[in-house]
Amino acid sequence: MDISRIRNFSIIAHIDHGKSTLADRLLEYTGTVTDRESKNQFLDKMDLERERGITIKAQTVRLNYRADDGNDYVLNLIDTPGHVDFTYEVSRSLAACEGGLLVVDASQGVEAQTLANVYLALDINLEVFPVLNKIDLPAADPDRVIQEIEEIIGIDAHDAVRASAKEGIGTKEILEEIVRKIPPPEGDSTAPLKALLFDSWYDQYQGVIILVRIFDGTLKRGDKIQLMATNSSFEALKVGVFAPVMREVQELTAGEVGFVIAGIKDVADAKVGDTVTLLHRQCLVPLDGFKEVQPMVFSGLYPIDTVQYEQLRDALAKLKLNDSSFSYEPETSLALGFGFRCGFLGLLHMEIIQERLEREFDLDLITTAPTVVYRVHKMNGEVFSIQSANQMPELQSTEYLEEPFILAHIHVPNDYVGGVLALCEDKRGVQREIKYLTQTRVMIIYELPLNEIVLDFYDRLKSITKGYASLDYEHLEYRRSDLVRMNVMINGEVVDALSLILHREKAYFRGRDLVSKMKELISRQMFEVAIQAAIGNKIIARETVKAMRKDVLAKCYGGDISRKRKLLEKQKEGKKRMKNVGNVELPQEAFLAILKVD
Amino acid sequence: MFSRLYIHIPFCLEKCGYCAFVSCKPLKGELENYHTLLLKEMQLASGNYQPAEPLDSIYFGGGTPSLLLPEQVAQIIAVASKQFSLSPAVEITLEANPGTVDEGRLRAFRTAGVNRLSLGIQTFDGNLLRCLGRVHDAAQARQAFRDARRAGFDNIGLDLIHGLPGQSLSQWHSDLREAIRLAPEHISVYGLTVEEGTPFSLRYPEESPDIPDDDQSAEMFEAADSVLPTAGYEHYEIANYARNGHRSRHNSGYWRRDGYLGVGVAAHSFLRKGYGFRFSNYETVEEYRAALAGGCLPHQDQNDLSLEDAMAEFMFLGLRLFDGISSDEFEREFDLPLRSVYGSVIDELTRIALLQCDQGVLRLTRRGLLLSNQVFARFLP
Repeated sequence: MDISRIRNFSIIAHIDHGKSTLADRLLEYTGTVTDRESKNQFLDKMDLERERGITIKAQTVRLNYRADDGNDYVLNLIDTPGHVDFTYEVSRSLAACEGGLLVVDASQGVEAQTLANVYLALDINLEVFPVLNKIDLPAADPDRVIQEIEEIIGIDAHDAVRASAKEGIGTKEILEEIVRKIPPPEGDSTAPLKALLFDSWYDQYQGVIILVRIFDGTLKRGDKIQLMATNSSFEALKVGVFAPVMREVQELTAGEVGFVIAGIKDVADAKVGDTVTLLHRQCLVPLDGFKEVQPMVFSGLYPIDTVQYEQLRDALAKLKLNDSSFSYEPETSLALGFGFRCGFLGLLHMEIIQERLEREFDLDLITTAPTVVYRVHKMNGEVFSIQSANQMPELQSTEYLEEPFILAHIHVPNDYVGGVLALCEDKRGVQREIKYLTQTRVMIIYELPLNEIVLDFYDRLKSITKGYASLDYEHLEYRRSDLVRMNVMINGEVVDALSLILHREKAYFRGRDLVSKMKELISRQMFEVAIQAAIGNKIIARETVKAMRKDVLAKCYGGDISRKRKLLEKQKEGKKRMKNVGNVELPQEAFLAILKVD
Repeated sequence: MFSRLYIHIPFCLEKCGYCAFVSCKPLKGELENYHTLLLKEMQLASGNYQPAEPLDSIYFGGGTPSLLLPEQVAQIIAVASKQFSLSPAVEITLEANPGTVDEGRLRAFRTAGVNRLSLGIQTFDGNLLRCLGRVHDAAQARQAFRDARRAGFDNIGLDLIHGLPGQSLSQWHSDLREAIRLAPEHISVYGLTVEEGTPFSLRYPEESPDIPDDDQSAEMFEAADSVLPTAGYEHYEIANYARNGHRSRHNSGYWRRDGYLGVGVAAHSFLRKGYGFRFSNYETVEEYRAALAGGCLPHQDQNDLSLEDAMAEFMFLGLRLFDGISSDEFEREFDLPLRSVYGSVIDELTRIALLQCDQGVLRLTRRGLLLSNQVFARFLP
C-alpha cells in the first residue's frame, strides 16, 4: 500500500460532545456502512457503552475515501476510550495516529477531559485540528468557542469545520481536512517489524484479538511474532482490518492499522503499549511508552445469596479474559461470607464491572465501599501495601502509613470556583494553581488524596457545579498521612465489611454522618439496633434504630386468602435480598452508606 | 366441601379514595341484571359443589350490598336455601353503608332473613369521612345504627378505621368512645393501608406526613386493644372485637379454614377436598356475565394446595384468632406433629416474644399481634 495515501487519526472529544455520532457519519459518508447497517453509533459495541454514551473498549475502523484531489485514501479511524480511568489506553491509541480531530460542542465549549486528551495528543506531536459540532443547536456560539479553543489550547481554530454530526452537516469537509491536514505516516516496510499493540480483547471464538499500528516492516499471515514486553511469541494466524467488519488481508505494511489473531489465550499476554516484532527478525529497540497498568481502587464483591459464589467466580474469570487491568482474589468477610477483593483502574471502571456482573451474569451483589492502596511502614522497617481496612496491622507495630495523592485538574465556569475550592479544601487538598483560561473558565489544580476522591468527590463536585465541572487526574505520589481505621458495630459486633481507613481529622465527622445515614437505611427490626462507629476502643458516634412496632395486614376482603399470602411472600422475598449480620438484616445500600455522607 | 356462602356485590354509589377492592358505580338496570346472574351462578355451582352440611353462614359483602333491594336479597337467600339448604341457626350478614339505608329498608332486609348487619361507619369524624370519600356524614352514621336497632337487628357490627390522614390519637379515642356508646355487638378495627393504584396512593405518597406513622398507628391499635375489652368487647381476632359471644361466625370460618363458596364478581372460594383448593371469579362484570351466559362457572383460576401450603395456611390463618392453634388439632389435620414441621420457627418466635405456648396451644403475644406479619411470613414454605 502507498504509505502517502494513509491517514491515521483519532477523534478527541468530551463525553456527549458527539464523537460516536460523528464517527457514524464518517462511516456512512465513505460507504463503509450503509444507513441500514449503522445501528446508531457503530463504534460503541457493548450495550453498556451505548446506554452510557461512552466508549469503554477502543474500536478501530478503515474507511476508503476518494478525495477532491482525485486520489483514493485509506483513513484509519482509531477510537479512544473517553474516561479519566483509561488515560493510559487513550495515550496508546493516540500513539497509533498522526493526527486528531478535536471535536468540541459549539454550545458547551472545551471541557477538562478534552483538554487532558488534547495535551496527550500534542505531547506526542499529533496534528490536531478542531471541529465545532452541534452547530445546529440554538445555543451554539461558534465564535466564542473558537476563541476558547485558541486561548485555552493554543491551536488555530479560525477555520474550524462547523459541523452537526446529528444532521450530517460538514462531514465531507471533515474528510477533506483529514486528508489535507494530517500528515501521512512514515516508516520502512522493509525494516524489521515494529508495531504498537494499542488494544486487545478476548473473543470467545477466536481468542485474543489485538490491534496494531505498524511503524516499520511488514506483517503477514503465518509470521512468528514476538511481544517484546511480555517476551512471548505466537504465530499470526489471521491478519486483517476492520472495514467495519473483520476482513482478512495479505499483509499489513508500515503505516497501516489492523488486527492480528495469534492464538493468544489470555489478554494479560497482549498488553496495551507492547511492541510487536518478528521472532526471527527482531527490531532493536521497542517503541517508547510501555507501562504496566495497576489497579488503583479496590472493593469487595460478595454475592448476597451465598450459593452464587461459584457463579461470581466464573463471571469474574470471564470478565478478566477481556480486561487485564482488572484484578480479583478471594476474600472472606465475617459479615458477608465468601467473596472477592477486586481492583479497578478507577471508579468508572469499578461501576462498569459491577454493572456487567449484575446484568450479564444475573448476580445479586453487595459491594463494599471502594478503597485505595495504602502503604504500611512497620516499626521493624517492613513496608507493604494494603487494599482494605481489615489488612491494617496493629497500631503499636506501625510506624506510619502512606496514602496515594493525585494531581487533579478541575475545569469549571467562573461562578463555581468558590464552591469547588471549598470542596477541595474539605477533601484535604493542597492547592497548586488556579488558572483563568478565559474570562469565564477556570482551571483549578489541586493535589488531593485519592481516598477522598473514591468516596464521594465526583458526586459532590457535580452537585456543587450543577454538572458543569469536569475533572481529570493523574497519579502523583505516596505521602505520609495520619490515617486510622474506623470500625462500624451493629449491636456491638464489628461488621468487617464496613470498616474503612480514613484521615483522623475526618473520622469524627464521617463516623457521625455514616451512622446516621445507616440509621435511615436499616429498616426497623424486631429489636432495637445500635449502630456505632469506633476508632480502636473509642466510640465516636452512635445511633439507634428503634424496634419495629407494627406490621399488621388490614382487612381480609371476602376470604381472599391468596392476596394475603402474596403480601406475606413479598415480605419474605424482600428479606432474601437482605444480608443477615448477627440478627440484623442489612440492605445492600448499607454497605455503601459511606459514599452517601457529606 | 363448604359450609359458608359469600355473595359479592361489586357496586358502590361512590368509590372511596382508599378502596382497592373490586367495585364500581352501577348503571341503570345493572343491579337487577347482576342479581339474576348471582342466582344463575348458584344454580350452576350447586351442580358441581355441595356443602358438607347445611350452610352455617351467608355473607353479603361488597362493594355496597345494601344497594340490593330487600326482595332481591330474599330471593338470593331462598335460592341458596333451595340449592344448598340452610342450618336452622344460619348467620346471615349484610354489609350496609350509612347513607344507603333507612329504617324501612332495613326492616325489609330483616324480614328477608338477614339477621346480622355490618355497618361501614369507618369514623364518626365528619372531616375524616369527607377525606375518605364516604357518601355519609357523622349524623347519618349514628342514624343508620339507630335505624338498624329499630328495624329489629339484635346483632350489629361496626367497622372503624384508624391511621386516617391527619387523625390524632385523641380523635381515635373519641371514635372508640362513640362506638361503645352505641353498644353494637361487634366492632372491627382496621388500620388504613394506602394501597397502590388507589387515589390515596397519589394523594399520600410513601411516608407522607399526613398519614400517621407506624408508631402512632401502633398506639391507635393498642388504644383499641385496651379500651374495647374494658367495655366488654372480647378481642378475639387481630382486627375484631365481640360482646357476649357475638363473634362473626362467617369471618372466623376464614381463619379456621372452613370451606366457603364465593359467588359474584371477584368472589373467592375455598373448598375442602384433599388439602383444599382455592379459586376466584372473574374481576369484571363483563367477563363474569359472558362466562355465565355461556353456561360456564366464571372461575378465572384455581389453585390446589399442597400439604406445605395447607400447613402454612393453617398456621398463618389460625394464629389470627386468639383461641390460637392447638398442636392436637394440627396433628389431627395433617397427621404430623406440629413441632416436627415448625419446631424451630416456633422456638425462634417464642424466644423473641412474638408467640407464646400454653398447654399445647400456640398464640400470638400482645407484641406478636402488632407484628403478626413478621410471624406469619416465617411459616411460608
